[in-house]
Amino acid sequence: MMQAIRRRLWAFHGGVHPVQHKHVSTERPIQRPRLPRRIVLPLHQHIGEPADIVVKVGDHVLKGQAVAHASGYVSAPVHAPTSGTVVEIGEAPIPHPSGLTAPCIVIEPDGEDRWIEHGPVENYRELAPSALRNIIREAGIVGLGGAGFPTYIKLNPGHAKAIDTLILNGVECEPYITCDDMLMRERAAEIVSGLEIVAHALQARESVIAIEDNKPEAFHAMQEACKDIPDMSVVQVPTMYPSGDSKLLAKIVTGKEVPSDKLSIHIGLTCVNVGTVYAVHRAIHHGEPLLSRIVTVTGKAVDQACNVEALIGTPMDELIRQCDGNVSRIERLIMGGPMMGFALHRADLPIIKTTNCIIAATAAELQPPRPVMPCIRCGACSDACPANLLPQQLYWFAKTKDVEKAQEYNLFDCIECGACSYVCPSNIPLVQYFRYAKGDVWTREREKEKSEIARRRHESRQKRLEREKAEREAKRQQKKSAVDPAAMAEKGQSEAAAAMQRAEARRDAALREAEKHRTEGRPRPPTEPAEPRNGDAE
Amino acid sequence: MLAAIIALTVLAAVFGVILGFAAIRFKVEGDPMVDRIDALLPQTQCGQCGFPGCRPYAEGIIAGKADINQCAPGGEATILALADLLDREPKPLNPDNGVEKPKSVAVIDELRCIGCTLCIQACPVDAIVGAAKHMHTVVAEECTGCNLCLPPCPVDCIAMVPVKQDIQVWKWPYPDQKVVGQAL
Amino acid sequence: MPLLTPTSPHVQAPVSVTTVMLQVLLALIPGLIAYVWFFGWGVVINIGIAVVAALIAETVMLRIRKQPVGQYLWDLSAVVTAVLLALALPPLSPWWITVIGVFFAIVVAKQLYGGLGYNPFNPAMVGYVVLLVSFPVEMTSWLPISDFRSYDLGFAESAAFIFGGHLPAGITFDALTEASPLDTLKNNLGQGNTVSEIRAQLGLDDVTSLLLSVTPIFGMIGGKGWEWVNAGFLLGGLWLIYRKIIGWQIPVAMLASLALISGLFNAYNPEHYATPLFHLFSGAVMLGAFFIATDPVTAAASGPGRLIYGVGIGLLIYIIRAWGGYPDSIAFAVLLMNMAVPLIDDHFKPRVFGHGGK
Repeated sequence: MMQAIRRRLWAFHGGVHPVQHKHVSTERPIQRPRLPRRIVLPLHQHIGEPADIVVKVGDHVLKGQAVAHASGYVSAPVHAPTSGTVVEIGEAPIPHPSGLTAPCIVIEPDGEDRWIEHGPVENYRELAPSALRNIIREAGIVGLGGAGFPTYIKLNPGHAKAIDTLILNGVECEPYITCDDMLMRERAAEIVSGLEIVAHALQARESVIAIEDNKPEAFHAMQEACKDIPDMSVVQVPTMYPSGDSKLLAKIVTGKEVPSDKLSIHIGLTCVNVGTVYAVHRAIHHGEPLLSRIVTVTGKAVDQACNVEALIGTPMDELIRQCDGNVSRIERLIMGGPMMGFALHRADLPIIKTTNCIIAATAAELQPPRPVMPCIRCGACSDACPANLLPQQLYWFAKTKDVEKAQEYNLFDCIECGACSYVCPSNIPLVQYFRYAKGDVWTREREKEKSEIARRRHESRQKRLEREKAEREAKRQQKKSAVDPAAMAEKGQSEAAAAMQRAEARRDAALREAEKHRTEGRPRPPTEPAEPRNGDAE
Repeated sequence: MLAAIIALTVLAAVFGVILGFAAIRFKVEGDPMVDRIDALLPQTQCGQCGFPGCRPYAEGIIAGKADINQCAPGGEATILALADLLDREPKPLNPDNGVEKPKSVAVIDELRCIGCTLCIQACPVDAIVGAAKHMHTVVAEECTGCNLCLPPCPVDCIAMVPVKQDIQVWKWPYPDQKVVGQAL
Repeated sequence: MPLLTPTSPHVQAPVSVTTVMLQVLLALIPGLIAYVWFFGWGVVINIGIAVVAALIAETVMLRIRKQPVGQYLWDLSAVVTAVLLALALPPLSPWWITVIGVFFAIVVAKQLYGGLGYNPFNPAMVGYVVLLVSFPVEMTSWLPISDFRSYDLGFAESAAFIFGGHLPAGITFDALTEASPLDTLKNNLGQGNTVSEIRAQLGLDDVTSLLLSVTPIFGMIGGKGWEWVNAGFLLGGLWLIYRKIIGWQIPVAMLASLALISGLFNAYNPEHYATPLFHLFSGAVMLGAFFIATDPVTAAASGPGRLIYGVGIGLLIYIIRAWGGYPDSIAFAVLLMNMAVPLIDDHFKPRVFGHGGK
């Protein structure tokens, strides 16, 4: 079937054109790096709850064996990417803008790369949708475009609405990153196969593969791969940052805007990343969980910039060395692209599921932030903002920590693309102010919840103290006015004894409770206050 | 001259009546102010403001006995929120009421605790459990970090430990690049 | 070596306040050349005085305010203010006029309000208005264009006059200067004469009438000479729009509204109201439209807001020119609309992605 009809495309407001730097990493095919000496698997590589560990130190694990299970609805399991021994379970540095540590499983590969028993799904079209989703969930597949949202949840259209358009996001608008580009060039058929599975799971009316027009090779490869598939087409979208944002891409391809308080799925759209559908293909047709991903290793500190198919958990510095990189020449190591990626605190951090690119930049390559000047209200940020916000106004509110006013100016519609900071002639770190303000809102909400609980506990304590005082007072009065002091004294004694007994029982229960929670390491409120707690606390 | 005076007087009277009517007719029934102020306070009940708890401080602000910059645990954010609510100028935290510190919780050194229950009585939010002659422990989740349990402890076995940062509650810091030379 | 961890984005567009201001200065060159051609060297000397005065004033103020001097001088905003003010002054203004104007612009209108980015009013225009109301005689003594001057002052002679008030022997200041075309038009209209009467009455040999008469290239579109200066600023302004240094909204809205209202009145009574082209190409209209009204610090921020802002300036220019007490009115119009900016900005907020609309 020919794609004779040219699809109509829509434009969004703003956008910028940073220098691409893409060609350096597309000159060589995807490389397979050596088996790393040590694999570090963080339990939290996705959005949602961290995975629950199911192995112990000393266990031998096989390639593809789950070492941690999904711990809730929004969660994803983690698998051993090669066979080896679990040598450590504990806190380790992870790639995160904070530079903090997080719980990780460390595996020492045995070099045999021995697989756990696995096999393909014979005919996925006959599977119930929930069974299909479950396979994808158990394969640990999350959005590989950078967000890391568990994919199986996305594949559940629910009762909301039928999926009209499934968009395959091959836009890759950030400079430097070429992992999706190379994957599409080399493995177009597998991507199309994965896309078919996703389209089937969603019962999507049509699938549209969107690729920026700066990747003609990928475009032709994908067009060739899907030419015989009905209801699947490839479109070239104009090169413009940040058209790879899923909501913006939905607008480009369909003209529909996802309402601010809704998800794409509510208006019949779903957007998935190229790498994600490739992983879906591997999971269904080969029975392989998500063990590796394509990572662009680039930057001036590596001589042979290229894309590698790296095992999850591979230390970045090993990859950099294998690309003829010099770790000591790195001044700034970025995970992700230069627009939205974050700088890492050290080079020996593991590749995680959402690591699409690492930029090992030298001092000359990325200029240090220039001195900040006052805002001259030039409006360049508003012109560049794809969400059509007023970054200049938001900046004043974020700067003065007036988060309420910032929310009035739609702070939470900011997609943190950084276009505003990029164009600002006064070098104001606008997007950083917005990230800060968002975090501030969340922290304040958490603290408000906490202080609400504290208030209730304080009030109930006040009441209890008053009650006790009143009781004591009443008792005193009673004693005074008693006609038969001896009988009263006896009665009082027995009452006191009973009260003592009750108190002791209560104390013991509380102690046992406290002891239990202390050993669990998860203190809970004591049983004492009867006030109900906020149902939807953290 | 006389006409002008009469005209102005009549005008003033008319507008006065209109304003008076509007004040009664369109009166806004807001939350009682004390509740709204109390809602902004961190509920540590620590007394650093000089009042015996958050609500008394809120009442103090309304009565004009306290300023808005006396809440050390709430820090800058609370001062800004209060300034916004009360339409006053924000001002820095009064150093007499302490300094803004990172959030911390009380931890009892259980080996040294003699089980005197003094701290249990001092805790404003009942976050310490235990009984006489038994070791006590702090329910970290409920602890507001008010420090009130420190002075009564006869063996100094309670320490304030900063809450550990983790990636779940981590947030992006305020941009550190100051505008060149611009005092914030 | 520890890794650097600044926040994203890690790349930045190659623009800065300095490059923006530098391009504004470059864009002024065509208009400046026309200015020098028709009105002599005085303006260049004025610009020199103004820039030096501005840098001195800025340095002193930054020192007093304990701000880093080098950083802020290098942003060139003070230089732009100085040049714009100097371009607005009569070419043979005494040096102290320029210095007072610049000091007022930098010290009061800019630095006392908080410096770059914080001033609600356009500093150059504040300086200009202060001079206009304080020294009306000096501020309205314009030179006729070179063709019609009784004597052409050279660079040195101009400088001698500006600094010391000395003129070459036999030349008087009154013989050298005259009112600008807009001034002449206004005075004569004020005396009840019609546009054609003014031209007839003054006679061909009269300098002023020639200023209003047909020129070989443009026809009668503006004050003679002035139309070239305006064309120069128009050219520079279009380049600024092309370079995306300024938005199109303010100049387009301002010029269109000025053309529309002057066209309406001209159609209603051509004997009493000058043509739209005369209005567009006289006085400081193009300088105002592309270089002064577009000062981002003091202009409206949003697209629609800028349109309203531009329309307001265009209408005010015409209203003051036609019925106000001053022949030209760019400065007043801009300052009046500066006051309206917070209101305009508050009213025009763009539709945020995913909110309302389609």
